[in-house]
Amino acid sequence: MRWLFIAIIVSADTVGEVMETLGMRRHGEIRDFRPGAIGRALALMARNRLVIGAVGAMAISFFAYLALLAVSDLSFAVPVTAVTCVLETVAAKYFLKEHVNWLRWAGASLVICGVVLVSL
Amino acid sequence: MSSSHARLRVKTAIFAALVVVTNVSGNFFLKRGMPADLPSPLAYIGVLFRPWVALGVSLLIVWLLSRMALLSWADLSYVVPVTAIGYVLVALTGRLFLNERISPTRWAGIVLIMAGVSLVSIATKPQTWRTKSPPVEVHQ
Repeated sequence: MRWLFIAIIVSADTVGEVMETLGMRRHGEIRDFRPGAIGRALALMARNRLVIGAVGAMAISFFAYLALLAVSDLSFAVPVTAVTCVLETVAAKYFLKEHVNWLRWAGASLVICGVVLVSL
Repeated sequence: MSSSHARLRVKTAIFAALVVVTNVSGNFFLKRGMPADLPSPLAYIGVLFRPWVALGVSLLIVWLLSRMALLSWADLSYVVPVTAIGYVLVALTGRLFLNERISPTRWAGIVLIMAGVSLVSIATKPQTWRTKSPPVEVHQ
């Protein structure tokens, strides 16, 4: 059962964050941080299908994470779900066309190893 | 480094810090306010009215919005490893506020995360995709 929750968390997280990135790129760089401009940006984001999809995916992932915590320890849940870090880097390279050089791969790998050790 | 690159670095640093602080503090208050078990779906809505849970949820809303703002200009493959510094903050706040002991293994993990975060944040540019393809304009 817990592996089902993990599969849901990892896939919903990865899909959600890729959609969020695509949606925000389509929105364009946020440069104006005055309250009125933030309000207008929020109104646009609320109509952005990719952003709506991303929030939905993150909600699915959040409730699956709560369910996972009910059946397993935090020291199991945290490192296992840190796998998303690598999947998202792969997705960033192939779907989002980012330049993922060896420094980024090394950084993401160090982070994963670190997360595993911290939660042991 | 041109001034627009410098501006992007500063903006990225401010938002990455905001993303990390709101995530760590939001989860901390959420856990503080959560009861041991939630018997029914209705109870999930009821807990939202507890003060600590409400504070945690508000901070997590700020987290979500600041991360969206950050992703409007920064790479996902930059944001993900850099904001992993949150794992370190969680371990350190546990030591500071809850008097938890940090074992040598955990210290080793903290060092590895810090190394990964500094590698990505210092040695790579926050934004690489724009150089390859022009941003898509949206007409609404």
